[in-house]
Amino acid sequence: MSSLPSALQDWFSARGWSIHPHQQAMLARAQDSCTLLIAPTGGGKTMAGFLPTLAELAGGSHEGLHTLYISPLKALAADIKRNLRTPVEEIGLPIRIDDRTGDTPASRKRRQRADPPHILLTTPESLALLTSYEDAARIFKGLQRVVVDEIHALAESKRGDQLMLALARLQTLCPNLRRVGLSATVDDPQAIASYLARHPDPCEIVLADPGPAPDIRMLETAEAPPWAGGGAAYAIPAAMAQIKAHKTTLIFHNTRAQAEIFFHNLWLANEDSLPIGIHHGSLDRVQRERVEAAMVRGELRAIVCTGSLDLGIDWGDVDLVIQIGAPRNVKRLVQRIGRANHRYNAPSKALLVPANRFEVVECRAALEAVREGDLDGEPRGPGPRDVLCQHILVAACAGPFDADGLYAEVTQAGPYAALPRAAFDACLDFCATGGYALKAYDRWQRLLQRPDGKWQLRDPRAAARIRMNLGTIQDADLIKVRLKHSRGGKPLGEVEEAFAATLTPGDTFLIGGRTVRYEGLREMTVEVTRNPGRKPKVAVFSGTKFATSTQLSARILAMFRQDSWPSLPRHTADWLELQREVSELPRAGRLLIESFPHDSREHICIYGFAGRNAQQTLGLLLTKRMEELGLDPLGFVATDYATLIWGLQEVTDPAPLFDPRALRDGLEGWLAGNAVMKRAFRGAATIAGLIERNTPGARKNGRQATFSSDILYDTLRKYDPDHLLMDITREEALRGLVDFGRIEQMLARIRGRITLRRLERISPLAAPLLLEVGKVPVKGAAEEKLLQQEAAALMQQSGLDTLPQ
Amino acid sequence: MIGFDFTLAGARLTALGSGTLWWEERRLLCVSDLHLGKSERHIRRGGSALPPYETRDTLVRLAELIAILQPETVVCLGDSFDDDAASRALPDGEKSQLAALTQNRRWIWIAGNHDPAPADLGGEQMAELHLASLSFRHIADPAASAEVSGHYHPKARIRSTSRPCFLLDRSRLILPAFGTYTGGLRSTDPALTFLMAPDALAILTGPQALPVPMPR
Repeated sequence: MSSLPSALQDWFSARGWSIHPHQQAMLARAQDSCTLLIAPTGGGKTMAGFLPTLAELAGGSHEGLHTLYISPLKALAADIKRNLRTPVEEIGLPIRIDDRTGDTPASRKRRQRADPPHILLTTPESLALLTSYEDAARIFKGLQRVVVDEIHALAESKRGDQLMLALARLQTLCPNLRRVGLSATVDDPQAIASYLARHPDPCEIVLADPGPAPDIRMLETAEAPPWAGGGAAYAIPAAMAQIKAHKTTLIFHNTRAQAEIFFHNLWLANEDSLPIGIHHGSLDRVQRERVEAAMVRGELRAIVCTGSLDLGIDWGDVDLVIQIGAPRNVKRLVQRIGRANHRYNAPSKALLVPANRFEVVECRAALEAVREGDLDGEPRGPGPRDVLCQHILVAACAGPFDADGLYAEVTQAGPYAALPRAAFDACLDFCATGGYALKAYDRWQRLLQRPDGKWQLRDPRAAARIRMNLGTIQDADLIKVRLKHSRGGKPLGEVEEAFAATLTPGDTFLIGGRTVRYEGLREMTVEVTRNPGRKPKVAVFSGTKFATSTQLSARILAMFRQDSWPSLPRHTADWLELQREVSELPRAGRLLIESFPHDSREHICIYGFAGRNAQQTLGLLLTKRMEELGLDPLGFVATDYATLIWGLQEVTDPAPLFDPRALRDGLEGWLAGNAVMKRAFRGAATIAGLIERNTPGARKNGRQATFSSDILYDTLRKYDPDHLLMDITREEALRGLVDFGRIEQMLARIRGRITLRRLERISPLAAPLLLEVGKVPVKGAAEEKLLQQEAAALMQQSGLDTLPQ
Repeated sequence: MIGFDFTLAGARLTALGSGTLWWEERRLLCVSDLHLGKSERHIRRGGSALPPYETRDTLVRLAELIAILQPETVVCLGDSFDDDAASRALPDGEKSQLAALTQNRRWIWIAGNHDPAPADLGGEQMAELHLASLSFRHIADPAASAEVSGHYHPKARIRSTSRPCFLLDRSRLILPAFGTYTGGLRSTDPALTFLMAPDALAILTGPQALPVPMPR
């Protein structure tokens, strides 16, 4: 089918809309097994994905589900439903459209299963859940097309891997299923095409006209950015002026905490009481939806937001995007800029606001990269096995399966195309028996092999538990925040459990743009009261931390080589001059280390420029080595460009710390007992189904608190170090959180050339690190010494040490 | 072994960094909440297959302590098994590990809420033990004094480090859990702040037993 039914054509014409060439191209390829469309935001991308569906359904003869639309955001599914229903209802097409996400009421979900709509809009998690039902074949009967929106974002995460496995399942149920991927501009379209297509099917790539180059610059402010910090409060007046000068402004932040602070300050400066909203993933759903609805109605002049608005929703009238803080990644910056001005042929307008002086440099580097169209990207490895384990459990929920058949199906998913059979079998064994060297669970295997060779759940009730724990999104443990006294307690949002644990009654913090006072913890809910006016503590929400890309780091180091910086604002150029005077600027071919006393501790600052994750790993490896050498490290903090370590002793000879072989060995040994590995293990163990976040019945309260995943990790390390999950954890950590590859790149770059600068005090470049959140304590000899001191002090202060014991 | 010495109802006792209680005068070692067989119970009841090494690990740590201290009596303060069925399902290796410990000394299993009637694996089973001025029971009785109990798995947080701990006041001592797969209840929980006097201590476990004012 290559043309639109006339009813649709007329409807479009009546609105003065003409079909874009890429939309026509998608119609022409409607019968292809797989097509990837790459188009800028505002190019009618989603409609391009749906036109063939509307054309095929217009006749009214199709029964059951026809098209599945999958988006990474629940909000996007709801939004598309609205946008699609308009033409369908106005033209009177016989097409039923519905969405299904975690937020959909159970009654509606039941109806959808019994009588599926023609078009179902959903998320990867809800789709996985649907495939886990015994009647999956009936639900998906008739399915012709699947449209994966924002596939560039999904392909970067385990959610995408899970989705591709689910599509492999669907393809078995519906052999003629055709796939369409919709993507923003990316560095490597072919990689996404192979990811999406049924292996080894081809996938044609349709490139839409990218439109005019964006109008992007740095925000000019009267006041210079601070030396440190991420709040960008200095830019409030300038940002306010921009908001007034534009119709609707999106203000992006890299973390939720920064969004909260900025919103708070913006509101204090909002003398004209302009309607400004805040939107991020930790806010209560009702609040988020209210902001989204107000935005769609064009009632808001600005929204302070995070990655929660990176994707999807068509805001229509946004004419300015402001990015607060360095963008870390050029590709993501370009995609965010695309949020402004959805008119296809007008340039997007964007302003970058560095939060501190270092970020001025990074923003400058990013601007140049955008101008040169130089997108960054790191290839992703093969599909992770923890996701495969979950997929095997999901398959078992749907009914008995044959291992050969499932293996064949799994290897049709792009990310798992190269999966060896042995790796699959290990995952199956893990799901069935736990996969331990000690065969302890013969009686209680989770999956049993039947006489006919098929695998099934031993206890059918386990299916409910597996379904409850489905999904690959790993948030830190979040707990709800509610207003005390109001009836039922009005929910405000969520904070990390670790943050809640640091609160004592009377503490204030920001959530949803208001200052609240912590009253107490009740049934795993933080109870607060309104408390305007007091200076708030900062809530540490889990913002996704992206590392600055290799390419951006290289650009920054190249800028440092310049004699002067005419393209940088005066204040930043002066600061770099000062650093050059007091110490020196880091160079690409040499590792700069500064050593200085600060706040009665010794510090060293290592400018590796290897990105946040690698700098974090470097911190772990170096502190371990320092511990062995008796240098009493106490902790460290890492940013994208440096690692700052503090401890009790001065480091005078750093060379032995950076011996590549010692670091490699240290990595192997250390891969053992550190917090980053434990975090990686927790993620993998949860996805693979070993740790259940949700169990039937109420959420665990403190009393029934179960052992932590750390204990499971320690136990496996001690008794079963070659266990599948340990292997997955190692791979995972090396790839993402540990990012050892970039440390090795850095070492190769410096080839042993290290400069140690002993300074009397902290250097201009090192200062921002002290204010970084996410400090990692080192639980070593020094920590034990201080713990004893603190305990003695507490006993003395309280007078309890004088009591006869 | 670095411990914290104190007196409860006239008895000179030592809280050890391992989370166990040593009564030198009686050569008595007291441990609480071993939760042996936890992983077996977990999967039996439809949960996932946890690494099946925790019983072995708990017993190895206990055996090491016994080898050092050479106690004449060992008191297990209840919840020694994750449930009664787990006590019966103990694998042979762990059974003989345990048998080696219960022989050659007095061994007392106090009943817990998880294990009211465990399998007979050597030693005596009783609901409570009264020895000199002290009472040993699983769950603290708010009205009692001179009492040693377990059950709550207390833990406390100092310097953002959270560790299992003993809780001690003039009337009672609550032991931390010794089992490998055991979580903890914060000392700030109302159940614990209600039980313990205002001047109670939390004794943190670790390389060295560390007393601090009980965080409330």
